Amino acid sequence: MAEWEAVKPDNKALAWFEERLPVLGLVNNVMGSATPTPRNLNYWWNFGSIAGLMLVIQIISGVVLAMHYTPDTAVAFDSVERIVRDVNYGWLLRAMHANGASFFFIAVYIHILRGLYYGSYKAPREVVWMLGLVIFLMMMATAFMGYVLPWGQMSFWGATVITNLFSAIPVVGEDIVQLLWGGFSVDNPTLKRFFSLHYLLPFLITGVVLLHIWAKKVSDSGNPLGIDVKSGADQIPFHPYYTIKDAFGLGVFFTILAVFIFYMPDALGHPDNYIPANSLVTPDSIVPEWYFLPYYAILRSITFDIGIPGTDIVFIPAKLLGVIAMFASILLLFVLPWLDTSKVRSAKFRPTYRIFFWILVADMVLLTMVGGRKPEGIWPLLGLIGTGYYFMHFLVILPVLGFKEKTLPLPESIANPVLKAAK
Amino acid sequence: MSTKEHTIEGEEPANRRDFLHVAAASMAGVGGILAMWPFVDQMNPAADTLALSSVEVDISSIAAGEAIVIKWQGKPVFIRHRTATEIDEARAVAVDSLIDKQSDGDRVLPGHDDWLVVIGTCTHLGCVPLGSKSGDDRGEYGGWFCPCHGSHYDTSGRIRKGPAPKNLAVPKYAFVSDTMIKIG
Repeated sequence: MAEWEAVKPDNKALAWFEERLPVLGLVNNVMGSATPTPRNLNYWWNFGSIAGLMLVIQIISGVVLAMHYTPDTAVAFDSVERIVRDVNYGWLLRAMHANGASFFFIAVYIHILRGLYYGSYKAPREVVWMLGLVIFLMMMATAFMGYVLPWGQMSFWGATVITNLFSAIPVVGEDIVQLLWGGFSVDNPTLKRFFSLHYLLPFLITGVVLLHIWAKKVSDSGNPLGIDVKSGADQIPFHPYYTIKDAFGLGVFFTILAVFIFYMPDALGHPDNYIPANSLVTPDSIVPEWYFLPYYAILRSITFDIGIPGTDIVFIPAKLLGVIAMFASILLLFVLPWLDTSKVRSAKFRPTYRIFFWILVADMVLLTMVGGRKPEGIWPLLGLIGTGYYFMHFLVILPVLGFKEKTLPLPESIANPVLKAAK
Repeated sequence: MSTKEHTIEGEEPANRRDFLHVAAASMAGVGGILAMWPFVDQMNPAADTLALSSVEVDISSIAAGEAIVIKWQGKPVFIRHRTATEIDEARAVAVDSLIDKQSDGDRVLPGHDDWLVVIGTCTHLGCVPLGSKSGDDRGEYGGWFCPCHGSHYDTSGRIRKGPAPKNLAVPKYAFVSDTMIKIG
């Protein structure tokens, strides 16, 4: 861990306060000029800051939306329409919050893929990685409950399908679902608790984000070469070098977000959610938001029971197996630091891993496509293949690759290749 | 157990003070867990929700061959007045050949073979199947057809073709009189 550098402000009052609670020192040592950072971070390292700022935007826009929203099945849909039509700048705030959720996920997915490519989950950064996964899971819960609040058809039926997943749990499943609903179907009690939790979770996420940053501070940032910092020559201060680099990335990212907010605010949503919820009519097909599609595809791809073939004895019914597979696909990532047996962190020096990384990305894209289609024709088979490959990547390919792969020689230090390239 | 007080650790194996420590910590632990229960149980269906958990339906106006959809516990329930042909169709099929093996007799109340009451959510992914309104597509087996992923149900509400794993569920219900049923 880098050494802690105290801040001594010239201003007497500030110095007095700093002595008693070193807030400036904290900031300065986490993202300031007293934060030595590897000199070779590329633009893929922008997305942590971007994700953090998206969380702030979601909280601010969400808090003001909650001033106008009513969590009651009779008026929830209309209260959202009122926000868009009548509340001053409501159209902007709603579009910002709805598209912000999507862009939060875009930032986080890129951030995770960067971690997978450059081996950011490996020692000594396992805890940073696991805290990140906790944030990811909490984000998914928050986003799911947020999507229910407008009380459109997709809200209602999405909530019905997802809460019904818990009915697959043996023995207590039905009781758990009733506990989640607060009734016998998704209804008013469900909407109210989802609103309450949707408001709470982002603040818990903020807490885990602080732990995530703290753990990163302890183990220092990784870098694209995946080798450890050897000397001061390998580092530059976070401020101004990376504050400005992050600011540039943010500008680009927000420009794209702005295009969505102002020119196509509904492009990422589903038109059926503009139909008020109706428990007696199911939409033509129930599709989750795009960022859940790969997991939805994994859920639906399991259509077979596990049991003794040729008999009616079933150990794990298909529905439960699908639910297990879906949750396992993310929980699996918690043990990724130990599944990946390679000592080399960065894919830059792992030519074979690099190929498998891109196959995994392609596999995720395939699963996203499958999740958005009706399970008919070729799609269920593609979903099953994609699901099988996803688990094979982590459970078979990565452990074996660490022993078999011939990695490229690592550079002596971070500074060396940088200085050589400059010549 | 010794009644002597020992303040130096590691002197006696267990004394009165150790016992008090363990007992106090256990009480606090159990009490703490019990105190959490109201915060969990408040999520379960409230008294007024439970009070609405049964519904009475007048079925005198449903002609043979017709069906109605009513809402019970927030879910659609199909009530179908079956014709003699439909009952015969449902009884003719060999139970062993079915996906979810159940005879028609087990799905209706004795003496009320012409009335079929089932919960109207497809057992696949919870869509509401078509077939209760006149003019609806009733599928290949004359019962219900789920447009979401193509599950076909027969005139007993049993799954015959498509991805759904189970028959349409039969709720608990009883005949209050000849023209009135109570669901729930």
